[in-house]
Amino acid sequence: MTHAVIRKPVAHSDTLSLATGWDAARARLKGLPDGGLNIAHEAVDRHVAAGHGSQAALIWLGREGERQVLSYAELAADAARFANVLRAHGIDAGERLYLLSGRVPALYVATLGAMKAGVVVSPLFAAFGPEPVRARMEIGGASVLVTTEANYRRKVAEWRAQMPALRLVLIIGDAAPDGCVALGPAMAAAAPRFDTVRTMPEDMALLHFTSGTTGLPKGVVHVHEAVVAHAETGRLALDLRPGDIYWCTADPGWVTGMSYGVISPLCNRVTMVVDEADFDLERWYSILEREKVQVWYTAPTAIRMMMRAGNEATKGHDFSALRFLASVGEPLNAECVIWGQSVFGLPFHDNWWQSETGGIMIANTADMDIKPGAMGKTLPGVEAGIVTREDGTVKEAAAGQIGELALRPGWPSMMRAYLGQPERYAKCFVGGWYLTGDLAMRDSDGYFWFVGRADDLIKSSGHLIGPFEVESALIEHPAVAEAAVIGIPDETAGEVVKAFVTLKAGFTAGEALERELRGHARKRLGPAVSPREIVFRDSLPRTRSGKIMRRLLRARELGLPEGDLSTLEGDGR
Amino acid sequence: MTPTDLRAAFITDLTAVAPDLDAATIGDDDHMQTDLGLDSMDFLNLVSALHKRFGLPIPETDYPRLATPAKAVTYLAEMLAAGNRA
Repeated sequence: MTHAVIRKPVAHSDTLSLATGWDAARARLKGLPDGGLNIAHEAVDRHVAAGHGSQAALIWLGREGERQVLSYAELAADAARFANVLRAHGIDAGERLYLLSGRVPALYVATLGAMKAGVVVSPLFAAFGPEPVRARMEIGGASVLVTTEANYRRKVAEWRAQMPALRLVLIIGDAAPDGCVALGPAMAAAAPRFDTVRTMPEDMALLHFTSGTTGLPKGVVHVHEAVVAHAETGRLALDLRPGDIYWCTADPGWVTGMSYGVISPLCNRVTMVVDEADFDLERWYSILEREKVQVWYTAPTAIRMMMRAGNEATKGHDFSALRFLASVGEPLNAECVIWGQSVFGLPFHDNWWQSETGGIMIANTADMDIKPGAMGKTLPGVEAGIVTREDGTVKEAAAGQIGELALRPGWPSMMRAYLGQPERYAKCFVGGWYLTGDLAMRDSDGYFWFVGRADDLIKSSGHLIGPFEVESALIEHPAVAEAAVIGIPDETAGEVVKAFVTLKAGFTAGEALERELRGHARKRLGPAVSPREIVFRDSLPRTRSGKIMRRLLRARELGLPEGDLSTLEGDGR
Repeated sequence: MTPTDLRAAFITDLTAVAPDLDAATIGDDDHMQTDLGLDSMDFLNLVSALHKRFGLPIPETDYPRLATPAKAVTYLAEMLAAGNRA
């Protein structure tokens, strides 16, 4: 079903009239002497130097109703204290610091302070279980962890002794378990000034993790130069203007929450609203109203939950401060775009990017017509195409044809490596294109439409889940012989994780065991990544070389064509 | 149904959604997300199980009233007493 195009407003953002292109964007940043570039400097310190220190940088809303405001000057001073804490503990530039905490001010301070010190920041999702946490810290070679006491005890303490490279564990608050340092007193004792380490544009700044279809998660390396794209794409795709009140609902444990929940908004000198709590309908509507949010960046899962609650729930709220709504994480249904229009008087602007691109590449921007259901057009400086793989290279597809979404390498926030996995990195580039792994179509007007994943990765509530990591956790259970994990469509989350398992001899399939296995997976992986449903099978479809055919399981589950079965061993049912 | 029955039914549905939880250690004032670690999809699954069990419509605006087992029992008792069946 196609929906009517939503025409752009007559008067649109004046910020869009600035010169475009990466060189112009770079020139709008400050930089450090002798060609240096540092994300924290661009995000905070340069605004303080320019006389904006008293502007609110962060409005933190605590779960229990607390409200705390940090100005740019206070954020700069706290980031400097944090950088001094790292230095006092002998942490050097280039070492890796991991974050494992809910959305509290210390998380933002630590991010910026570490970058000031030239230390690489790797955010983890606080709802991860111990296994994803440990795997990511091992791959990245963690030296420092910033976390809470509860997260430390539940997810780290047990295996800490086996990771000697982890030299410093900072616990948010005033007390810390043995072998850890309490961050509160350490910050109080640290000086509020720190000369930002003169990082160079190609120095590593961020390490994000993304799931693979096989093997361990991949550490996506981003450098300080990425700030050029963070700043520019926030302005172009989210319409961020200095002084705006802006709310990004994503958690900084995921790439959206870091690029657009910390770096981009601060670079654009907006005031960020940070809510510690998770989605809650009435709470969210109250925050929009009370904090007079002007720009709101959220996700399809949340929008669908709001839609289900109906327009009645929005009655009595004043949303007149809102100016621009955007969404990311998975394709936004046309119905959601239009619903935004009916309730907020504004449509949601969908956009597209991924961990590897570091920033928004394709978007419905303020100065263009929106095609509901499309992810938009390429931003200035971004060249995208739809390609099909052929004999080891790729060929561009015609308008209207489905193929793999590909980008011409070279934008500032492009990943620079998968840490320690050069072969996997090299495989992403074919015929002068970066291949995204997403299937899409481009229409004759240049709008891109998401179709699905080209691989077995699962997109649930905007998070990319690798089946291998989930299967590995299931196989650790003594009853499980083999496991295969797929995504099945879900009207709220886009997809949810479903697992198929075969059992070892002596174990009996049944409700009790199904529950035990889900419990086992949740303890290891956390709820976001775990299967919502597990079914038992006598065998799983495999290729003759022994590889489980997830594609076939999914096709059978959804009643889709089974495709090429020439490599199938037996019938695998 | 007595509050004890309601609580038992609620805990049964809760631990079916989140089988990592030990029914014996769930406190009446434990918060679904903060203390028991449910995510928003878990919560929706729990609501749907309660809806099925009790035949009650549970609108999104009432979700905060299911934030802890104690709150949920009060809420369910109130709704059932009002004969508010789907």
